[in-house]
Amino acid sequence: MVLDILVAVAVVSSIGTVLAGLLCICEHFLANYGPCRININEERDITVVGGGNLLSTLISEKIFIPSACGGRGTCGLCKLKVLEGAGPLLPTEEPYLSDEETQSDVRLSCQVKVRGDLKIEIPPELFAVREYICRCASIIDLTHDIKQFRFELVEPGQIDFVPGQYIQLLAPVYKKGGEEVYRAYSISSDPSDTNSIELIIRLVPGGICTTYCFECLKVGDQVKFNGPYGDFRLSDNDTPIVFVAGGSGMAPIKCMLHHMKNTGNKRKATYHFGANVVKELFLIDLMSSFESELEDFTFVPVVASPAADESWDGQTGLVTEAVQRNLKNASECEAYLCGSAGLIDAAIKVLMELGTKEEAIFYDKFE
Amino acid sequence: MNLGPEISQAFIVCISAVFTQNILLAYFLGLCPFLGVSREVKTATGLGLAVIFVLTSTCMLNWLVYHYILVLLGLEFFRFILFIIIIAAFVQLVEMVLDRYSPFLYQKLGVFLPLITVNCAILGASLFMVIRDYSFIVTIGYGFGSGLGWFLAIMAMAGIRQKLANDRIPQGLQGPGITLIIAGLMALAFMGFSGVLQGR
Repeated sequence: MVLDILVAVAVVSSIGTVLAGLLCICEHFLANYGPCRININEERDITVVGGGNLLSTLISEKIFIPSACGGRGTCGLCKLKVLEGAGPLLPTEEPYLSDEETQSDVRLSCQVKVRGDLKIEIPPELFAVREYICRCASIIDLTHDIKQFRFELVEPGQIDFVPGQYIQLLAPVYKKGGEEVYRAYSISSDPSDTNSIELIIRLVPGGICTTYCFECLKVGDQVKFNGPYGDFRLSDNDTPIVFVAGGSGMAPIKCMLHHMKNTGNKRKATYHFGANVVKELFLIDLMSSFESELEDFTFVPVVASPAADESWDGQTGLVTEAVQRNLKNASECEAYLCGSAGLIDAAIKVLMELGTKEEAIFYDKFE
Repeated sequence: MNLGPEISQAFIVCISAVFTQNILLAYFLGLCPFLGVSREVKTATGLGLAVIFVLTSTCMLNWLVYHYILVLLGLEFFRFILFIIIIAAFVQLVEMVLDRYSPFLYQKLGVFLPLITVNCAILGASLFMVIRDYSFIVTIGYGFGSGLGWFLAIMAMAGIRQKLANDRIPQGLQGPGITLIIAGLMALAFMGFSGVLQGR
């Protein structure tokens, strides 16, 4: 009986060992691509160990490419031009690339494996992207499911970003069996404060990173983020601005308003901010101070359906309906939208119907 | 040794594995990638071909391991663990080889290999071949037939889903709901093949 058990265990483990050994040997000979040279923008060469995917290889070289899904090929953010050496387009990339992108050698860097020398093009602004260590300095409740987090930068101590850009916060492993994830959040702070950043985050039920921020993160904790990323930014002209946002979509707009105040920007601006009930509105005081400090700024809070016990004398209905009612000169405006995909799509539709040009509509969609 | 009857039995088993005993539509094994990767005919083809290849080769490999190692040592009860280890190692190995030497095949099949490593259809076929006591040659036919049956089923499903993409489906049924209903109807249709062949 004992002998049987011993034989059984010995046989299974030896078969397992033989297979594992075989795989190790194969891995050593087959998956060893040796040192590979990556030429970036025809300016510099870096030498890396081949075999990994391009995204993680570049991150290990401290070149941060935006990616929200962590290399699983589901977010489509880590697009790069790979001019030489990438091999054929993979079926896992196709859904994320337009025909135009396919023709100009754009690839998902998380799916491209470094098998040999590569030639790639990285947008220069990504070189400004760095990894920051910071310390949580304050957490403020804005509504029942939205908080404002302030992080003081530790290393490096300063950040330079364009209002409207976002960073990727790293949620560490905080529960058993979890994993590290990066999630993107827009910067909401006053850009003149270069020693810290502020984020406005809404709790996503079941979300890994937002759950971490709401339940585990304490004032004084150190966290890491990288950035800044994104090309959602104010253009440089004098056309009137229509801001439309909902919920945590407040973040980049708030940052832009700070910036307009700092630079004495005299553009006419109207900000429609939507909430379901009155208690979901936040930062009202700050917005009214912007109204008095900025040259020509109007804040229009819109509540979809005020609860029975709430008094509300402002506008009601959907925020898009309010835009439709109020906006008179849509065709000469520039629109800046931020919020959920539903809000953005609806707002784009309304604005286009009102006559806003498609190229004058800019947005940051939360997906 | 006269291989004639063996081969003809392998052929019959193969045909019945494709139609009457379809591993997907009669036994409902390997449903996960069937539902997940059947949105386009093109990707479904790649996955289907990978399944045919892996099913055929792992059935053969597992037959050899079962009869020449496990039966000899009286360790038949270990087949569940060993089969899955062997399948996983084999798939990993094939992926590495393809990745290195054949970018074309890797692009067509390789990317799907990790998806089917722990597919229950692959393990199921290996276990059925033991239960039904197939000989080596019949096992080849069975493995290939099962793979081909799976391939046909996912191709049909992908074709139907491509057509459905532009149709208006009641909201409650969109996505997995309608897909499972289609799978059920396809299973009924495949039941129509039973009686065509009496072989197992």
